[in-house]
Amino acid sequence: MKYLIKNGRVIDTSIGLNKNLDILIEDGVITEISDFIDESKADKVYDVKNCIVAPGFVDLHAHLREPGGERAETIETGTMAAMNGGFTHVCAMPNTSPCMDNSAIISLVLDKAKSANYAEVLPVGAVSKNREGKELASIGSMVQKGIVGISDDGYPVSTSDLVRKALEYCIPFDIPLMEHAEDLTLTKKAVMNEGFYSTKLGLRGMPSIAEDIIVARDIIVNSYVKGWLHIQHLSTEYSLNLVREAKNRGERVTCEVTPHHLFLNDSYLESFDTNYIMKPPLRNEKDRLALIEGIKDGTIDAIATDHAPHPNEHKNCEIDIAAFGIIGFETALPVILDLLYHKHGVSLDRIVDLMSVNPAKIVKLEEGRIMEGKKADITVFNPDKEVVINPEYFKSKARNTPFKGLKLKGCPVLTVFGDRVFECKVGD
Amino acid sequence: MKKFKHRHLLGIEPLSKEDITQILDTAKIFKGICKGTNKKFPALKGKLILNLFMENSTRTRSSFEIAEKRLGADTLNFSASASSLSKGESFYDTIKTLESMEPHIVVIRHSSPGSSRFLAEHIDASVVNAGDGAHEHPTQALLDAYTIREALGTLEGLNIVIAGDIRHSRVVRSNIWLLKKMGNNVILSGPPTLIPVDIEKMGVKVDYDFDRAIKDADVVMMLRIQRERMVESFFPSLQEFNMLYGLTKKRMQTLKKGAIVMHPGPINRGVEINSEVADSGRSVILEQVSNGIYTRMAILFLLAGGKINEISN
Repeated sequence: MKYLIKNGRVIDTSIGLNKNLDILIEDGVITEISDFIDESKADKVYDVKNCIVAPGFVDLHAHLREPGGERAETIETGTMAAMNGGFTHVCAMPNTSPCMDNSAIISLVLDKAKSANYAEVLPVGAVSKNREGKELASIGSMVQKGIVGISDDGYPVSTSDLVRKALEYCIPFDIPLMEHAEDLTLTKKAVMNEGFYSTKLGLRGMPSIAEDIIVARDIIVNSYVKGWLHIQHLSTEYSLNLVREAKNRGERVTCEVTPHHLFLNDSYLESFDTNYIMKPPLRNEKDRLALIEGIKDGTIDAIATDHAPHPNEHKNCEIDIAAFGIIGFETALPVILDLLYHKHGVSLDRIVDLMSVNPAKIVKLEEGRIMEGKKADITVFNPDKEVVINPEYFKSKARNTPFKGLKLKGCPVLTVFGDRVFECKVGD
Repeated sequence: MKKFKHRHLLGIEPLSKEDITQILDTAKIFKGICKGTNKKFPALKGKLILNLFMENSTRTRSSFEIAEKRLGADTLNFSASASSLSKGESFYDTIKTLESMEPHIVVIRHSSPGSSRFLAEHIDASVVNAGDGAHEHPTQALLDAYTIREALGTLEGLNIVIAGDIRHSRVVRSNIWLLKKMGNNVILSGPPTLIPVDIEKMGVKVDYDFDRAIKDADVVMMLRIQRERMVESFFPSLQEFNMLYGLTKKRMQTLKKGAIVMHPGPINRGVEINSEVADSGRSVILEQVSNGIYTRMAILFLLAGGKINEISN
């Protein structure tokens, strides 16, 4: 099949591209890019006038739940949902059951992803065996299978000693230690951010310092061993400042934030809706605004969804026993465009950096993915089209989203990955 | 008199000053009736009230039961333990089971904040929150207000000190909403470990110095201290708690003339309140218990659509 993507504005900041171009794709490979390509050359033409054509989005943080959690999501439904949201690559977190702590499970995940043939899965291996925080998992063997980082996500790396060893051990592989920063002694049985709203609602609070303490610990260790630290789902102003200072000192620290931490704050918990329950928790307005500043000043490297599907019964219950997390693949782009591009004036170049180019660098995808001869790896989005989010269209098995029914400006249109062309629809 | 504006009583926060006054005035009429020879007022005859207690409670449930019986309602006590996700019936399924019994009113006590709201969203019945975790306990605040108004003749412009375990208390949150709406000064006191962050934003003052806090108080309301809080290291010992924040005889003697002492019960003698105080003339603790019945009668009556003039003539 030959596809022509016509009349779009192509933005690939990794090679300084920002231009109206037509792109011809034959059998999954980009064969021509030029100012004008005749429609007769293609079997199917996508006229994407007023749309942005970007290198495929890369999500550094997702839970695909397979193996073990197939009631919530499978690799097939998860990677399909990813493509419906504009992602061609997703990092799968290792907190599956059994846990992704050895090369056999990594192979299983990759095989499943390959046969699903939607978005590519980039596995993240566990830091410690069974994520127990005691002994290092077989990181080297997993690297040989293709892991792009290590994380005990869901938990922080247990001790300073293990952080040190994990950072050191990864130096020859040049992969990051991806940290879920949460001091568990400060978050026992807690449900939401600690602050006025947790006090008012009588819900146990997770103080922001629970995150900050672990971020500080890790940055200190990382500066000592000269490793590569990546902070996952950063959510507080203080932690952001720590990362900014580390970067200014020239230390190798990267970080991601989620769309929901940018868009929502802890006041939404007043509804007692369990779709506002996640870790880290939605923080206060001051933290939220600080994160938006971090987007603007470049401290934040990437947007990551932390896509966390759950079966309905784990959310349709009392708030203090509800599962943490929300799905994110299919709402990330509308939320980001509406908030950052339309409300905060962040440029489309910067948004392409955050959703695609920067995370691609972290997982070491080649630069310049929109070039002749390359495998088609493209996300097309319309930054100005309004959409009312409707989970009925979601490809994810799960429906745990707080964004249902929300009208947002901007949406994904088309995701092309190899010979797979996916027409995106996330609302009306 | 108007019909009550709300279908449920989930908390004090959504109520207006007028709503609160309406409940208290109705309770006063019921108190008058109950002091007579015929204590029954069968306004809820034929209505089914379910008491869903998913957390232990003897006194609140008993108080509701008496109120329901005096109003002539059919009552059913449904005890269930709050389930985890892994075992037992889910809360949602419990609610759907109860709904099939077609109750008119469900009274719920549950350890989880927001649980009464969850129930109200999933059942076709009026819901009365009898305590949802550390969130709200509106009937307690209403009976406290009734007791204050009765004892002091007013419910406005008073200095009210609430002391002890503020952090884990639903009683204090409901009381803050109510007392602030009615125009009182509320001062909280207790060890800093038991005062939750940013509570001042609810319009109250915090004074860690209990002796100073109670100097100008018209009302001192003590909260129950649970022993498990000591195990969790919120304070080192019950003795030390009593020394710093217990309402002792010595402290009682520094109170203003006419000031009253309250406690939602059950009391821990020698911890947050000493016997000489609990048994003194300033204590209205037992009045709170009896007023609980009249207040709950008023709430159930109003939620069932009753109007005050039906009973006042």
